[in-house]
Amino acid sequence: MRRLLLSTFALLLAAPLAAAELSVTVQLPEQPVAEYHRPYAAIWIERADHSVAAQLAAWYAQKSSKEGAGTKWLPDLRQWWRRGGRELSLPVDGVSGATRPAGQYRLDFADGKAPLGTLAPGDYVLVVEAAREVGGREVVRVPFTWPATATQHLDAHGSSELGAVALDINP
Amino acid sequence: MHKRSLTCLLLAVALAAPLAAQAHKMWMVPSATNVSGADPWVTVDAAISNDLYFPDHHPASLDQLVITAPDGQTAKPQNASTGKYRSVFDVELAQQGTYKLALVNQGVFARYELDGQKKRWRGKAAELATAIPAGAKAVEVAAIDSRVETFVTNGKPNTTALKPAGKGLELVPVSGVTDLVEGEPATFQLLLDGKPAAGLTVSAIAGATRYRNAPEAMSAQTGADGRFTFTWPHPGMYWVNAATEDDRSEVKQASKRRLAYTATFEVLPE
Repeated sequence: MRRLLLSTFALLLAAPLAAAELSVTVQLPEQPVAEYHRPYAAIWIERADHSVAAQLAAWYAQKSSKEGAGTKWLPDLRQWWRRGGRELSLPVDGVSGATRPAGQYRLDFADGKAPLGTLAPGDYVLVVEAAREVGGREVVRVPFTWPATATQHLDAHGSSELGAVALDINP
Repeated sequence: MHKRSLTCLLLAVALAAPLAAQAHKMWMVPSATNVSGADPWVTVDAAISNDLYFPDHHPASLDQLVITAPDGQTAKPQNASTGKYRSVFDVELAQQGTYKLALVNQGVFARYELDGQKKRWRGKAAELATAIPAGAKAVEVAAIDSRVETFVTNGKPNTTALKPAGKGLELVPVSGVTDLVEGEPATFQLLLDGKPAAGLTVSAIAGATRYRNAPEAMSAQTGADGRFTFTWPHPGMYWVNAATEDDRSEVKQASKRRLAYTATFEVLPE
């Protein structure tokens, strides 16, 4: 009995601390237009020198349809394409997916796990870019420092193709 | 008659003053410079005009078109046609990387006097011997070497197609040829016969000239390393041109060589 108690205690001590979490909430606004196509969107984390630290999401038409023509229009996500999008061999598990309709989406990432991976301490920018067929294109940036010492909630807002963008960090 | 006026026009272009401010501009402009997808194509306009990029004068001949694929091999244009004011062709971008499209024009231009009359002739160096009649006096021969280029990248850019041949006036990228963004400086290098071309004046003119009053030509000088830099004031297609003259033609009858390099670059918004 004492052995069981001791080993349980040891296990508790040895259990890894919960990994830091990073959550991104993105709002794709409703567009009051007659011809509506779901936007292509990408979410990534940049270092101060604009190099990509992590590719978090890429939403595009998975096959040609009236929602879009697949990978043909990826370069319309101009910043994403140039900074690192064109280096990716799509599709990427856990990163790429279909375009989404207007709405609010929350994506959770864990430190040390793909696609966030391990971020070296420093200053970063969370970047969200959206481009819509026969619509506009917008980029929203949320700077943050890693690792966070306390729970952080950072807000930003687009004005046309993106709505509210929030970054939550749980150390 | 048509052939003669074509020759006259080409003569006028070939003899254009270096800064091309008074002469027509030759150009190729692609429908896109950054593409991706399962089967990307671009279509390209090629013309000689005054306004950029409006074909309003003469089509460019596609006889001298050379398309270099990202692996260094030559690719074929498709659906080529030459109309009244412009030539058009399509390029199927079967490989990933950067394609170089070039109109390469190498020839000779001769002036002579025959029976008191001033004559001119333009053609290939190989035809020169038979083209000038015996008894011609005051024969002056100049070699023409001009390149008009543009670039398209499918996916991730590479530089294989841009390796210089080491002859004439050529452009080598430093910061990229299809990666250009408004407000960001872009550096290129000009080579003359494979060596850095120092002290050349390079001009850059943004397209859509019809919709503004001022020409807004930018100017830069190549350094001792042949490099020059432009910082693009706004997005659009830019016509970039440099010209020079020397006496180092391979054509032995030519007393001088006129070289020109022209490129169209696309500058995207931030």
